Amino acid sequence: MSWWSVLALCGAAYGLKAAGVLLAGRVGDGRQTRASLELVVVPVLAALVVVQTLDGGHAIAIDARLPALLVGAFLIWRRAPLLVVAIAAGAAAALLRAAGA
Amino acid sequence: MSSSMRDRVLKDAVSIGLATGIYAVSFGVLSVAAGFSVAQTCVMSLVTFTGASQLTFVSVLGAGGTAAAALPPALLLAGRNTIYALSLKSVLRGGPLRRAVDAHLVIDESTAMAHTQLEPADKRRAFLLTAVAIFITWNVGTLLGAVAGGGLGDPRDYGLDAIFPAIFLALLVPQVRDRAALGAALLGAAIALVLLPLTPAGVPVMAAVLGCVPFLLLRRAAR
Repeated sequence: MSWWSVLALCGAAYGLKAAGVLLAGRVGDGRQTRASLELVVVPVLAALVVVQTLDGGHAIAIDARLPALLVGAFLIWRRAPLLVVAIAAGAAAALLRAAGA
Repeated sequence: MSSSMRDRVLKDAVSIGLATGIYAVSFGVLSVAAGFSVAQTCVMSLVTFTGASQLTFVSVLGAGGTAAAALPPALLLAGRNTIYALSLKSVLRGGPLRRAVDAHLVIDESTAMAHTQLEPADKRRAFLLTAVAIFITWNVGTLLGAVAGGGLGDPRDYGLDAIFPAIFLALLVPQVRDRAALGAALLGAAIALVLLPLTPAGVPVMAAVLGCVPFLLLRRAAR
């Protein structure tokens, strides 16, 4: 595989990150601006949870990931440590898949 | 912030780092199988440092696609890092060199961990701890996968793919501090759900940013 393709990906990916940093330097510095910028990321992270749980490649796929997320959600509600949430969600999915779900 | 809270941030950063490291192994395996050399695979993880884009890039090329075909979907996935960097305004401070290095560390996990904290100094600490933990495990995992090759099986058999949505949910919850944030989260999730079957990968997550617009307007009107 050519080095050019690797370097193109590297350069473009860094450029996208740097663009955000440069953009951040151009918006105001007030407390309200900061609160607004923090609200911006909330729907993006919520979408990330949805996509990582249900993505079936151009389709919505309901599989072991959804019950695993519910197990995780219950533990989050019970204020369990992140490591416990992560292991329980992974174990739930692995068990369901081993059982043929 | 109390020391026990700080310990929790460190523990969480290491936990996320370990989970990500296991995923990096499967990236290394996939990349070499797709025809990239070990060196190319490692440079990709060191310099691109954004997992979903790298996986898509090597998958398209591995399936016989050209670099021209592999770049757009990879960059659609990397596009959310621009939004993240913007949201991290209070975290990414300092001189040009400092900010240039910090920009490299902007990924899903470091951004989400930063925003679980309230104060800029705590946000910065969470951002850096998470980013450094993942930078180490992501690159070590990539090297291991690239050198060792297959034989590990599918990471889905271990439920690894189900770990990440649970982690991001856990990091999202503390950020939902008021009704506006709850509304924005629900609207963002709904946008992603509607777009998921309709648009290329990467678009649902980026388009979800629009979920904050009505709530920003409401906040402005309330002032």
